[in-house]
Amino acid sequence: MPAPFVLDRSSVTQVMAWVLAALLPGIAASVWLFGPGILITLSLATATALAAEAAMLKARGYPAKPFLTDLSAIVTAWLLALSLPTLAPWWLIVTGTLFAIVVAKHLYGGLGQNIFNPAMVGYAVLIVSFPVQMTQWAGPLSLTATPLTLAQSASVIFGGDLPKAMLDAVTMATPLDALRTGLLQQYTVDEIMTQPIFGHYGGIGFEWLAGAFLLGGLALWALRIISWQVPLAFLAGIWLAAGFLHFFDAGRFGAPWFHLFAPSVMLGAFFIATDPVSGATTPRGKLIFGFGAGLLTIVIRTWGGYPDGVAFAILLMNLAVPLIDAWTQPRVYGVAPRRGKEPPA
Amino acid sequence: MSRTLFSFKGGVHPPGHKAESNTRPVHAAPLPKKLVIPLRQHIGTPAKPVVEVGERVLKGQLIGAADGYISAAVHASSSGVVSAIGPAVVPHASGLPDECITIETDGRDEWIAHAPLDYRTMTPADLRLRLRDLGLAGLGGAVFPSAVKLDPGATHPCPTLIVNGGECEPWITCDDVLMRTHADDILQGVAVMRHLLGSTEILVGIEDNKPEALDSMRSAAAKLDFAVEVVAVPAIYPGGGAKQLIETLTGKQVPSGKLSTDIGIQVFNVGTAHALARAVHHGEPLISRLVTVTGHVLRPQNVEVLIGTPMHALITLAGDREGTTGVLMGGPMMGMPMPDPEVPVVKATNCILVQSNELFPPLPKALPCIRCTRCADACPAVLQPQELFRFAKAGDFGRAQEYSLFDCIECGCCSYVCPSHIPLVDFYRYAKSEIWAREKEKRASDLARERHEFRQFRLEREKKEKAEKLAAKAQAKRAELAADPSASGAPDADAKKALIAAALARAQAKKAGVEPKNVDHLPPDKQHEIEEIEARRAKIRALARQPLEPEENP
Repeated sequence: MPAPFVLDRSSVTQVMAWVLAALLPGIAASVWLFGPGILITLSLATATALAAEAAMLKARGYPAKPFLTDLSAIVTAWLLALSLPTLAPWWLIVTGTLFAIVVAKHLYGGLGQNIFNPAMVGYAVLIVSFPVQMTQWAGPLSLTATPLTLAQSASVIFGGDLPKAMLDAVTMATPLDALRTGLLQQYTVDEIMTQPIFGHYGGIGFEWLAGAFLLGGLALWALRIISWQVPLAFLAGIWLAAGFLHFFDAGRFGAPWFHLFAPSVMLGAFFIATDPVSGATTPRGKLIFGFGAGLLTIVIRTWGGYPDGVAFAILLMNLAVPLIDAWTQPRVYGVAPRRGKEPPA
Repeated sequence: MSRTLFSFKGGVHPPGHKAESNTRPVHAAPLPKKLVIPLRQHIGTPAKPVVEVGERVLKGQLIGAADGYISAAVHASSSGVVSAIGPAVVPHASGLPDECITIETDGRDEWIAHAPLDYRTMTPADLRLRLRDLGLAGLGGAVFPSAVKLDPGATHPCPTLIVNGGECEPWITCDDVLMRTHADDILQGVAVMRHLLGSTEILVGIEDNKPEALDSMRSAAAKLDFAVEVVAVPAIYPGGGAKQLIETLTGKQVPSGKLSTDIGIQVFNVGTAHALARAVHHGEPLISRLVTVTGHVLRPQNVEVLIGTPMHALITLAGDREGTTGVLMGGPMMGMPMPDPEVPVVKATNCILVQSNELFPPLPKALPCIRCTRCADACPAVLQPQELFRFAKAGDFGRAQEYSLFDCIECGCCSYVCPSHIPLVDFYRYAKSEIWAREKEKRASDLARERHEFRQFRLEREKKEKAEKLAAKAQAKRAELAADPSASGAPDADAKKALIAAALARAQAKKAGVEPKNVDHLPPDKQHEIEEIEARRAKIRALARQPLEPEENP
């Protein structure tokens, strides 16, 4: 057995467990603000992910125990579930999770080998394939006349047998959707913001959910599970890009705070863009990666075909990681800085 | 007396475990019945045995002479009789035997005559030669011959001398204890180093987790007639690594692939300074050292040990316990597992760390790398360990080299923090050894190819020369025949005949030439021919040597 003979007590399982723990404030906020539907989504995604992981490990001839207990599959499941509409039908959740685990993770070589964030691949597949179902967001409870119970949420998710009128009563366009639709109908941002769904910064309820994700993310940073570069650069990219557009035409572009306080941004900044496997690894590379993802998010939100762009922005930056890493190698101890020389790619 | 300190990137804080061993008083280990003294205890050429089996030797007697510039002598650690010279198991992870001299001690511990060196009146070259013959080598672990390091060379003045009392490896306390108990001796050695290197600034770096050593060294330094600055440096592993200590104290980095002397800095371990003082002021060769015996033993402690003492004797002295799983030489971060507890203590042995499952649980099975870059955060060489691992694993050694594989100091920080428990340093050692092996192979095949190509070239040229010569001869014959009127009738046929006759004559001459012949009686034309051939051969030899000389191995 070679040196070193001691290890600090960290493990992949521990890292993943902290990530899951840091998601709890966001989950609690979601239950509190949007009803218990998210719990069903999370459970369904977790069960699907574990089953898919076990099946793929068996098919690939890997031992099940060390990889099932590393919790990475559950992290993927939770990140996907938290990105999906709270009242999405069951098959949507299962399809997305299966795609994330089977294709995006295992067909690329399993833990540590996936070049794209699996949860975001799952999300992208769903939003491209099933755009209508991807809008079944439960509205904030404070705006809903008759909030759904857990059983009712389950019957919506599993049965989908809710009458159309009732479904319309409990689901609602997200603030980002509302902004997008309003702008397409030639309203100004100020006019759109008078709708009841908008709160102080983001949407009612949504901004608090974003805050809860931010809280969990800051905890991860405090525990040094994630580095500061990616979230900070990501949020800066969003804020600067949105701020730049808003500064020039406040009537046509949403305010930077509004863009920042979407739950998808906080989830993306602290939990998804920070995915070590598919993200940049050098300190400067992390800044570029995060900033690029933030910038692209605003570009997609503003000019793209989808209301939110976090998933596509991160996937696009995933593609650029090998290049970013090669060009941002830090100066090694005792090695003269390279000037204008092509890095070893 | 506060100095602006710099910090190096990375590093880790493994549990120190220093208190276990640094409180007990230091004793000399009992004299063992048998001493096994390896001839290769330093970096460089192994020493050459100068004693015979059956010979009686005295304590401190030279038994292996230094062989060349980068070498160091070895000495009998006690008096006795040489019982064997040959391969024995030495403290190396490979478990391969190496040349050793075994001495059956007689218990009298009788010293050979020795006298202090008057280092101020000796020429530096003579003094260095004496130090080499007294077996001095770095006691910090690298065991580089000290005499070489004390030669600044004409082009590399060493204005800064750093004395390394960092001792950042967990468990090890021999330097700490040495500084507490022998601060004056250490600084006596430093005075000799200063004399040889001409240093104007002398810094002693000690990690701030050793307050007693700092106090002791500071009060000893105050008594000197030259300035020595004793600096407390932050305790962080590998802060006691030479490159890291240099950066902490001076803010300078040793350029990649160069030595610290290239930036005017030389670094010595405190143990080496102490051994140097013993050598100069007492004329004693390096035959003993302070060793920490710690870990899974009843009484962890520091012991003054004769080189060649079997390790298990020291473990017994410190109280061996049930449940021992292995023995390390060195600390848990960079130490080496010993193939056998019988292996002898050598100059490099700073610590004998006894393992148990409680203290050193078996390392968990490795998981895939998740690129979390904790290793990169911890790396004091500012490398990207996750990329080096990827390249090494894929066998892409060229890329690993481009990513500065050879700037890795193998400190183990990356492996220590890896949440996937990947033995990263092992992959780097593997990649380095593969690259070395390939370079060696390439050099050998380049040489072979050059030789082959030159042989081809020579054969071609000889063939051409022969053909030209024959053609010229035939031409001459033809001209001769043409000039001869008697043969003018049938010049072609006669020419042919003449050629055949000439060939026959040549063949006969050749046949005769096979017989031994007195060269003195050769006709002058033959003599001339031989001379010509000799000259040509000399030229070819010179040609053959030419392209190979710059290829000299470094």
